[in-house]
Amino acid sequence: MRKDVFISGMNCVTPLGFSVEENFENLIAGKSGIERHENEMMPNPYFSAIVDEDRLDAEFAKITASEKYTKLEKMMILALFPIVKKSKSELGKRTAFLLSTTKGNITALESENIEKAQLYDLAQTVADFFGFESQPIVVSNACVSGILAISVAKRLIQSEVYDEAFVVAGDLVSEFVLSGFNSFQAMSDAPCKPYSKNRTGVTLGEATAAVLVTSDTGNAKARILGDGSMNDANHISGPSRTGEGLFLSVESALKEANLGADKIDYISAHGTATPFNDEMEAIAFNRLGLENKPLHSLKGFYGHTLGASGLLETVIGIEALQQNKLIASAGFDEIGVSQNIRVIEKNEDKFLRYFLKTASGFGGCNTAVVFEKEGNFGE
Amino acid sequence: MEALKQELKEKIIAVLNLEDVQPSDISNTDALFGDGLGLDSIDALELIVLLDKDYGIKLTDPKEGKNIFQSIDTMAAYVEANRTK
Amino acid sequence: MENKLYIKSYVSIENGQISIDGNVVFESSASNVSDFLKEGLRHFGIQYPKFFKMDNLSKLAFLGSELLLKDQDSPETALLFANSSSSLDTDVTYQESIADKDNYFPSPAVFVYTLPNICLGEISIRHQLKTENSFFIFGAFNPDFFIGYAENLIETGKAENVLCGWTELFKEDYKAFLYLVSDEGKTEHTKQNIELFYTN
Repeated sequence: MRKDVFISGMNCVTPLGFSVEENFENLIAGKSGIERHENEMMPNPYFSAIVDEDRLDAEFAKITASEKYTKLEKMMILALFPIVKKSKSELGKRTAFLLSTTKGNITALESENIEKAQLYDLAQTVADFFGFESQPIVVSNACVSGILAISVAKRLIQSEVYDEAFVVAGDLVSEFVLSGFNSFQAMSDAPCKPYSKNRTGVTLGEATAAVLVTSDTGNAKARILGDGSMNDANHISGPSRTGEGLFLSVESALKEANLGADKIDYISAHGTATPFNDEMEAIAFNRLGLENKPLHSLKGFYGHTLGASGLLETVIGIEALQQNKLIASAGFDEIGVSQNIRVIEKNEDKFLRYFLKTASGFGGCNTAVVFEKEGNFGE
Repeated sequence: MEALKQELKEKIIAVLNLEDVQPSDISNTDALFGDGLGLDSIDALELIVLLDKDYGIKLTDPKEGKNIFQSIDTMAAYVEANRTK
Repeated sequence: MENKLYIKSYVSIENGQISIDGNVVFESSASNVSDFLKEGLRHFGIQYPKFFKMDNLSKLAFLGSELLLKDQDSPETALLFANSSSSLDTDVTYQESIADKDNYFPSPAVFVYTLPNICLGEISIRHQLKTENSFFIFGAFNPDFFIGYAENLIETGKAENVLCGWTELFKEDYKAFLYLVSDEGKTEHTKQNIELFYTN
């Protein structure tokens, strides 16, 4: 019998707030973090969701006087801080530290600081702030990194390599990623509109999120029932036309969870708002018999936060389970995928127990994780 | 026009890293994508950069590329008509 | 772990040499890693035009996996890869393309390789592996992690075999060490054996 593994502590730092509570209130109020920007990072004005540096510095000053940290490091430390503190963990050899990111401190390359741009350097810097003893594990698997880290933490705990894992995920909006997505002609000229008919592409965003994954039932908010991360084996940048990898990932997660697709109460999908991604997801969800399940993408609120997105959206998803609330999918108007899916159009109070989180990314990767609510059911 | 076609073939081979392909292997009417040269969507985006960089032509809608990049003939005709450098 | 696992075969690529199960099978005096990997591909008679479009990290990972998977294709082989420099080699190339505002032409074909897991996509496409795949970064080779994660994948039935790969590359410094974990073979899947093969 394998151990049960839970998510207990959760936190996030985003343009919509510096706590889960603040973020959730803003989501319920329909506030988006996406704004128009005009600066040297792009030849033309663009939309993105950016964390305010003044507020970040003010919040960071509350926990340390040190100023040697980069913006991303501050955001990661702030996301982890209350969780680490509350856990009273000794952060010893049996405690894992996982960090998810795609590009980390990539802006260090602008000043040719190679060492600072290394992802293990970022992980060690954050680990040293708290004093983690174990070697940091960096998950860098494109846009599934954030949700994949939960799956990795669960697997390592079940293999008895660790007893618990602190997981942090984060990415910033930089000239590097803006120009790259632009070269892919994948940037939206307005705030992104996941699953909508007139969607034109991605809006980028920045955020960090953190969770404690543990086999200890105390403070458990959700149980990780099953997970899967399967490759499309189709194309390195375009999603599979048949949604094969996503289909297989959800199938694998449901099988491990020993749960029928009909039991899922709500899906927090990837929904980047590119024409191909959203279409691929609609096809996969139909193949899985999940087309009538309430679904949203949080990209209309936060933009695509790359390696952070999967973890951030999981944190919000678990909070939605706890509060029994379905959040409307921001930016959605008229359905614009060829197969029917049930995009959440209005906030709704509904009893929720099982939640499916999915993500897909470059390299043909996909991840799906099924969660079950723990604690007060509020039925 | 023939010189431009030859130039495009050489540039395509270099930019898209087509190993073991010579300009003489590409006919002016061959399909560049699909069964022809076997180029894919990233190659199409890279050709859009090539048009911008070397000929000063900006394509903002990748769908436009579909017609332009049908063959060396169609690409050369488009460059000839729209080049700014 | 109920059933014993084994290292079925392993490949090392470093210092201009490629070896399989400890035996050198190819040597080159090529002056750079790109030419060396290209010569390696030709030496083994591998026909794959897409190889030439890959960045050096993907070429390294692709060539190593090719030598382990060519005779034993199993659709149930998961990919578990890691290195220490992520995709920094290509990140630097890409950064150079956006540094000069008067010559600003970001390349999508370069940008796509600024993610380390792209090499897993390349291997998956080549061998049609619609399987578990993940890429990790560590300051140094971490056999304990590979063992725990690979065993979990097999034990939970998420994979039958796991292709583990340490594929480190930055500029002209590179080292690839790949091995196939399966329930058949002669060498037991232990930390001691993995470290022995890694340093060999």
